[in-house]
Amino acid sequence: MSYSFYPGCSAHSTGLEYGLSTLATFQHLGLELEELDKWNCCGASSAHALGRHILSLALPARNLAIAQETGRDLVTACAACFSRLKSADHTLRNDPEARDEVESVVGFNYTGEVTVRPVLAVLYEDCGLEKITAHVRRPLTGLKVVTYYGCLLVRPPEITQFDDPDDPQVMTELLRAVGAEVKPWSYATDCCGAGLSLSRSDIVYSLVDRLTERAWEAGADAMATACPLCQLNLEMRQSSKSKMPVFFFTELLGLAFGLPEVKNWWTKHLIDPRPLLHSVGLAK
Amino acid sequence: MINNMISEANHLSGQEIGLCYHCHKCAAGCPVVGAMEYGPDRLLRMVALDQRDAVLRSRDIWLCAGCYTCATRCPNDIDISAVMDALRQLAVTEGYPAGERDALLFHKLFLGVVQRLGRSHEAAMLGLFKILSRVPIYRDIDSGVALIRRGKVPILPEKSGAAPEVQQIFRRSK
Repeated sequence: MSYSFYPGCSAHSTGLEYGLSTLATFQHLGLELEELDKWNCCGASSAHALGRHILSLALPARNLAIAQETGRDLVTACAACFSRLKSADHTLRNDPEARDEVESVVGFNYTGEVTVRPVLAVLYEDCGLEKITAHVRRPLTGLKVVTYYGCLLVRPPEITQFDDPDDPQVMTELLRAVGAEVKPWSYATDCCGAGLSLSRSDIVYSLVDRLTERAWEAGADAMATACPLCQLNLEMRQSSKSKMPVFFFTELLGLAFGLPEVKNWWTKHLIDPRPLLHSVGLAK
Repeated sequence: MINNMISEANHLSGQEIGLCYHCHKCAAGCPVVGAMEYGPDRLLRMVALDQRDAVLRSRDIWLCAGCYTCATRCPNDIDISAVMDALRQLAVTEGYPAGERDALLFHKLFLGVVQRLGRSHEAAMLGLFKILSRVPIYRDIDSGVALIRRGKVPILPEKSGAAPEVQQIFRRSK
């Protein structure tokens, strides 16, 4: 199967290992990702946060326009990009007035044929747990994690149309399928405050500390996430002495598949996960 | 003519603020309510009471993390996140000083970089934020250096080929 891929700005910078591990796991599973030609930034939260309504729709819509030409589903790794692309798609589909305006700003005709999907959904729905389990060479036995979705993959549910907004399960099932010990906890969709990380780090330290405290309490030694903004924020804003590593779930799949490139991903983390992996026999 | 705040905020956000019956679910679920002056449900009431000045000056509209918890939990389906977007828009267009100056600065710098390059460029954005914000300049230097050393904040921007069309989109979107 093949898909158009929208990496988003993070996968080329602060979330480098997310982009790399997504491409590597997809390739290993025989799923083709072709990066969208000349894609642009989706405007993230800033375009709509300043109430620039048409701009906040037109920036992601230009990427939908490029994806339309390919005729394939549009897969994105970043939760924030997913939210903006999916939200623009929802408006273009349901609001004819806004659609007219965005079409003329971007210069295209919206067909509604592109489905915007997060990486998690493609692996779960198209590839499936059985096939993923069949690829495991090195089960993640002994690795205790909690799954962390953050906000934008699951909220607001009428836009995202993915998993359960209060108790999502897809990432848990994927990681259990490769042998990880996923601990239940109640904070998978609590906000980590990434959007305020630079301007009000005081607030964000308390949000992140609360999340990591609850994760330790749940018996986890690490978090797994599917959002590059969350991952950076969670690794950067822990104030306690003992730091909890935060993995991209695609890195953990790659580890379980025995991919040799994993060693290049660990060195990108702000919190080195290798001591933990070593302690459970998953790294040299 | 629109002559009061609630109809203006309803119009800009596409919401019906009058439906709020103050169950406080939004405030209970808000991750940043502890740092706010009023909290989301009181802000909605203040909009309904036409307390324009207090609302548009408040730090609360800039502290909103955009997490959509309130919008997801509201029993009357008010997208409070969209109301917050509308209130920030009003505050900016009417020239109110942002209640969280650096939050506004961050959004402006981010969009400025995207407008010029077509994509984000962390090195430029973070550099400008360090210089222009009131956040002490030494803060986060260690993380910044760590990110640069890991090759995660390229000094030169990517050539995406998207910039000319993105600039056109900025010009055409009011």
